[in-house]
Amino acid sequence: MGGLRGVRRIYAAFFLGLFGFLLWAGEFERLKGFEVGLFLQLDPLTALGGFLTSHTLYKGLALALLILIPTLFLGRFFCSWICPLGIVNQVLSHIFHRRRAVESWEENRYRPVYRVKYYLLVVLLVFAGLGSLQTGLLDPIALIYRSFTLSLLPAVDRAGGGGWFALPAVFHGGVLIGGVLLAILLANRLITRFWCRALCPLGALLGWCAQWSLWRIRRDVDRCNQCKQCLRACQGAADPDGALRHTECHLCMNCIEACGTQALHYGLAGSRSSIGRPLDLNRRRVVEVALAAVVAVPMTRSTLSPRSTPTPEVIRPPGSLPEAQFLARCIKCGLCMRVCPTNVLQPALLEAGFEGLWTPLLMNAVGYCEHHCVLCGQVCPTAAIRPLSVAEKVGAPPFTKPVRLGTAFFDRGRCLPWAMDVPCIVCEETCPTSPKAIWYETVAITSRDGRKVTLKRPFVQPELCIGCGICENKCPVTDLAAIRVSSVGESRSGDNRMLLNQQSGWIEGTIDTGLG
Amino acid sequence: MARRSTTNPVLETEPLLSRRAFLGRAAGLTGVAAGLAVGGYVVYSDQPIRQGAVQVARFKDFRVAPDPLRPVMAVVRGTRVEAMVQESVGKLGGVARFIQRGDRVLLKPNVGWDRQPEQAANTGPELVEAMVRICREAGAASVWVTDVSLNDPRRCFARSGIEAATVAGGGQVRLPGRDDFVATEMGGKVLKVWPVARFFHEVDKVINLPIVKHHSLSGCTLAMKNWYGVIGGQRNRLHQSIHDSIVDLAAAVRPTLTVMDATRVLKRNGPTGGNPADVAREETIIASLDEVALDSFCLSFLDLAPEAVPFLALAEARGLGKVAWRDLNVVRSQVG
Ligand code: SF4
Ligand code: SF4
Ligand code: SF4
Repeated sequence: MGGLRGVRRIYAAFFLGLFGFLLWAGEFERLKGFEVGLFLQLDPLTALGGFLTSHTLYKGLALALLILIPTLFLGRFFCSWICPLGIVNQVLSHIFHRRRAVESWEENRYRPVYRVKYYLLVVLLVFAGLGSLQTGLLDPIALIYRSFTLSLLPAVDRAGGGGWFALPAVFHGGVLIGGVLLAILLANRLITRFWCRALCPLGALLGWCAQWSLWRIRRDVDRCNQCKQCLRACQGAADPDGALRHTECHLCMNCIEACGTQALHYGLAGSRSSIGRPLDLNRRRVVEVALAAVVAVPMTRSTLSPRSTPTPEVIRPPGSLPEAQFLARCIKCGLCMRVCPTNVLQPALLEAGFEGLWTPLLMNAVGYCEHHCVLCGQVCPTAAIRPLSVAEKVGAPPFTKPVRLGTAFFDRGRCLPWAMDVPCIVCEETCPTSPKAIWYETVAITSRDGRKVTLKRPFVQPELCIGCGICENKCPVTDLAAIRVSSVGESRSGDNRMLLNQQSGWIEGTIDTGLG
Repeated sequence: MARRSTTNPVLETEPLLSRRAFLGRAAGLTGVAAGLAVGGYVVYSDQPIRQGAVQVARFKDFRVAPDPLRPVMAVVRGTRVEAMVQESVGKLGGVARFIQRGDRVLLKPNVGWDRQPEQAANTGPELVEAMVRICREAGAASVWVTDVSLNDPRRCFARSGIEAATVAGGGQVRLPGRDDFVATEMGGKVLKVWPVARFFHEVDKVINLPIVKHHSLSGCTLAMKNWYGVIGGQRNRLHQSIHDSIVDLAAAVRPTLTVMDATRVLKRNGPTGGNPADVAREETIIASLDEVALDSFCLSFLDLAPEAVPFLALAEARGLGKVAWRDLNVVRSQVG
C-alpha cells in the first residue's frame, strides 16, 4: 500500500462506509435529518436527466456539479473513489483477479464492446430530452440503492441479520431488482469491472467529460520497459502500457503501484510522456442509436398507461406530481420505499406502463399511508414526490383541503355486514379523518336462522375520503379487502375525478396545493 | 483426483479393480445404503407436516387480595394529574398495597393511534408519567410500558408523548416486535388461543391505563376494551363479536389496578378522533379495582346508559364486576 492507490483505497472505504451508513439510517426511526439521498444528489446523470426532462436543477441535485466540474480537470475519479457500485465491483474484481499474466493481459485489454455504455447513455439522454426519465434504470447509484433497499437488505433482514427494517419488509417483484445487481456483481468473475467498463451510463458520461482532462495517468516512454505489469493491474481496460484511454480510466491508480520502473505517474504531462487516445466512438453509430431512441419514446407512450388513461391501481404517494411530471422526475431509486414506515410503497412492475417500471405505488394490501407521515416527499431527491408539510397533507390551516391519494369503494359482495350479516366496521374505526369518511346506517334484519340481528352497514362519503388505504389494509377480509382504494379523486390529477364538487380549479401542469 | 489424460480418451481403458479395492468400495456403498434406510425410517411420517408441541402460555392473575375496608373505586377531580393519580391510588390503600419492592411492573396505556395528546385518541402522557414515577418510587425493579398499536407503533409512541413520558418517569417502552408474541390460552367464549405480547408473561404486576373514548361499534372504549392492545394476530376479526370479545379479554387479563384517564374525553369520531373539537375536558382520574364498575361509571362522560353497552351486563354475568357502581364503596375527592 501507500501512494495514490493507498489514498484511493481510503477514500473508497470511506464512501462505501458512508453509503452503508446512509442505507442503515434510512429506516424511518433513525432518519433524524441525515441526508439519506446524498449519493443520489451527487450523481451527475440524475442531475442531467432531470434537467433535460424538467429544465431545472432541483435543490440538492446541484451537488452533482461537485463531481462534474472536477471531472473535467481530473478525469473519472468518481468511479473508483466514490461510486459505491464501482467500489464494490473493484473489490470483487480484485478477489476474482486472474493469477496468470497472459490471462490478465487478455482480460484487461480494451474491447470495442465497451462502447456500449456510450450508446446506452445516448439512449437515456434522448429519452430524457423527450420527457421520459429512464436514467434510473441503469444509473449505478439509483440501481444500487434500489437493489439494496428493495431486495438485498430485506433478504438479509429475513435471514436473521435484523435491524434493517422494523417490520419484515416485502417488495413487489423485489427479486428481479436484486437479481440485476447480483448479475452485475457476478460479471466481475468473467471480466474485471464488466459493468463499469461496458454498461455504466454514468461512467460513460464521466468518460465523455474526461476527454479534456488535464491531469491523467502519464507513462514516461523512456523509463517504460514494456513489462505490462500495469495492464495486469488495470481496472479500466485503459491501456496504460500504450496510449492511455483516459476516457476509460477510473483512476484506480493500480498501474502506478504495479510499475517496477516508476514510469507511471498521475499528473500533468512531462517532456517524455506518452500520448492519450481519444474517445473511441463512431459518430454514425451514435446518430443511429439516437434515432432509434427517438422512435422508441412515442412507442412506450402509445401503450396503455396512467399517462393516457387513469388506472385504478396506480395510487401515488402523497405530494406526487401529476403523472407526466412524476415520470419526468422519478429516478426509481426506492428511497421513498426505504423510509415509508408501513411498507405500503412498492415498486411498480408494469402497472404504470413501461415508463413507470419501479416507480412507487401504494399497495394497501401491504400497508397504508400513515395520516401524519410525510417522509417520502421529504427524502425524494428529485421532488417527483414534492415535500409536503403535515398541515398541507391533512388539510389543516392555512390549507383548506387535504391531499387525496384516491377514493375508497365498498365491495358489498364481500363486506361482512353487507353480504354476510356479520357485524364489523373495522374500516370505520380506523378511518383517520375527522369527521370520518366512512359512516354507517344501523339496520335490524332477520338472519337466515330467524335471529334478529342489528347491523351497522358502512358507506363512504367520497368528499371526505383521502384515499389513505388504512380501511383496505385493516379489513378482515384479508386476501381481497371488502373496501378498496382506487386512484380516482387523487389531488394531483385534474382528469381522474368523478364528482363535480371535487373540481379544484386545476390548470394543465399545475399542482393542486389545497390552498383556497 | 482428476488425472490429466495424456492418451486418446477414445482408447483409454478403465483400470481393473483389485479384490481389496472392490471389498472396500462395496463396504462403503453398503454403509451409505444402510444410512439411507435408517434415515428414511427415522423421518418417515404418515402426516404431511411434522407438528411440534406448541407451548401455550397462560396469564397470571395480577390482582391483589381484596380488602373490604377500603374503597373499590376512587374518583378524583382536579387539574394536576400527578397529584390526582397519587390521591386516587392513596384512597385505595396507597401504592404499597399494589407494588412491592423489586416488582417488575407493566403499564398498559392506550397508544393505538398516531395522534397527539390534545386529540385524546391515546391515554394522556401525564397519567403515564405519573404512574411510572409512582411505581418507581414504590421500589419497582422495572416499569415497562407497552401496547399493540393500530397505526405504526413507533409513530404512536412518539407522537402521543408516551415514549417521552415513560422515559421521564424512569420507565422503559417495550414495543412488541415481530418475535415478541407468544400463543396464550384466553379461555374465552370466542377467544381461544391468541398471540399475546410476551411482556405480559414476564412481569409481576400489570396496571391498566385506559382513556374514555367514543367507539362506533361498541359504543365506547374504556378499561375492558383496552385489553385489545394485549393481543396480536388478526384481531380485526374480533369486531364480529365485539361484546363477547371484550368480556373474554377482560376475563383473561386480571390487572393489579386500573387508573382511567378522563381528563380529556373523546366524545365523537372515536376511537381515532383527530379534531380537537371532538374532545371535552373532564379533568377526572379514576382508580379502580373493578373494571366493570369503572366502565359503567365512565358512561356518563359519553352520555351513554349501561343498556346501550351490552358488554357490561355480559361481564357482570361472567363475575368480572358490578355494573351498579353506586352499590360499591366509591369515594370522590378533589385536589388542587
Ligand atoms: S419517487 Fe421514490 S423512487 Fe422516485 S425518485 Fe423519488 S424517492 Fe426515488
Ligand atoms: S407519507 Fe404515506 S406513503 Fe409516504 S412514507 Fe409516509 S406512510 Fe409512506
Ligand atoms: S372492514 Fe371490511 S368487512 Fe368490515 S365493514 Fe369494513 S369493508 Fe366491510
